[in-house]
Amino acid sequence: MKQKIFFSLDAAVADVPDGARIMFGGFGGAGFPNNLIQALARKGTKNITAISNNCGTRDGELGLMFKNGQVRHVIASFPGPHANYFQERFAAKEVTLELVPQGILCERMRAAAAGILGFYTTVGVGTEVAEGKEERVIDTQRCILESPIHADYAFIKAEKADELGNLTYRLAARNFNPIMAMAAKTTIVEVEEIVPVGAIEPENVITPAIFVHRIVQAKGIRYAG
Amino acid sequence: MPDKPRLTREEIAARAAKELPDGAYVNLGWGIPNLIADYLPLDLTVFFHSENGILGMGRRARAGEEDYDLVDAMKVPVTLTPGASFFHQADAHLMTRGGHLDVAVLGGFQVSEKGDLANWKVPGARGSGGIGGAMDIAAGAKVLIVCMEHTTKDGAPKIVKQCTYPLTALACVDIIVTDLAVIDVRPEGLLLREMAPGWNRKEIQELTGAPLL
Repeated sequence: MKQKIFFSLDAAVADVPDGARIMFGGFGGAGFPNNLIQALARKGTKNITAISNNCGTRDGELGLMFKNGQVRHVIASFPGPHANYFQERFAAKEVTLELVPQGILCERMRAAAAGILGFYTTVGVGTEVAEGKEERVIDTQRCILESPIHADYAFIKAEKADELGNLTYRLAARNFNPIMAMAAKTTIVEVEEIVPVGAIEPENVITPAIFVHRIVQAKGIRYAG
Repeated sequence: MPDKPRLTREEIAARAAKELPDGAYVNLGWGIPNLIADYLPLDLTVFFHSENGILGMGRRARAGEEDYDLVDAMKVPVTLTPGASFFHQADAHLMTRGGHLDVAVLGGFQVSEKGDLANWKVPGARGSGGIGGAMDIAAGAKVLIVCMEHTTKDGAPKIVKQCTYPLTALACVDIIVTDLAVIDVRPEGLLLREMAPGWNRKEIQELTGAPLL
């Protein structure tokens, strides 16, 4: 059986090619795969399309990717007040941005995960978000067509993995991580702890192992707000 | 503009808190709404929702009790109330969009007489801007309350016939609580339900960009 556990962060990201579409978990400083992001910085992958709620906290979180000029396009809901490296690249037109309402960002990823090819929503009707999208009326409500967001990789953070890749999360560090795990072709997770199969009660598994392809243990890194 | 005292941000929050029904599931946005949790009437129980996947969010964490895996939408460490739960962000917004929240309270730059809301971007501002959860929350809440100052710093009305700032959602606002008034958005227009102490209807109408019923 294929072994999912990788013994180094660098090995876990070694095949991520230039131009990859990558989802990055995390919200509000919690649940960011910072060790994997640093490994990707060491690898130097370029022209990344980054899909994430925000665009980093100074050089922490995704900030490092923008500082290094590794990202070409971003799909995000809220770049954030401390995303200075992103803002510099954006102002210089080195990075393009698609702004997406946060829940629609989630739902578009979930559509990709679930084999749903599109959905209609009232969110964004009459706003900048609706520009260029098909609009129609369903049950007297104006709504717009949203499409799935796919990715080659998801970089996520969980608390524990068993050796098969069943995951648990800590408190509100769950956020985007389980959704991205389901949506990407290859999901790479950094965890605080890897435990034997059976050590996580089946009813406590949050992300089932089918969605997880690579596991690497690393002590979590956090960046202050 | 009459030079009379207006409600403070804290007083706006305290007034908005009185609009919350007992037992409600509530989302509080950035700015004045975020202050509401500190001004709940003592006989009221509500459950706070956070877009990053918390139901039953409690007060802010005190010094020494912070856990940075337990933060609110503003990245501030918080606590939990008994019976709280965690879920992922898609379910958090399923709750906002799907009409499961009883009340959402958001800040605002402008509200139109039809209840259109603009609260995410100032025209001409530098940088990328950011939407966050505002559009999902505005589109889906059963009751949407907007808390804001009645006028801009320059004295221009923030309640207008038509929003000129980039929109968050159309016809979504139900109640506007400002430093001068409580206003209901009705199909027939804006109903002035309550005035701040010392203010009269004529003065408030002069500072409002749409007719008040």
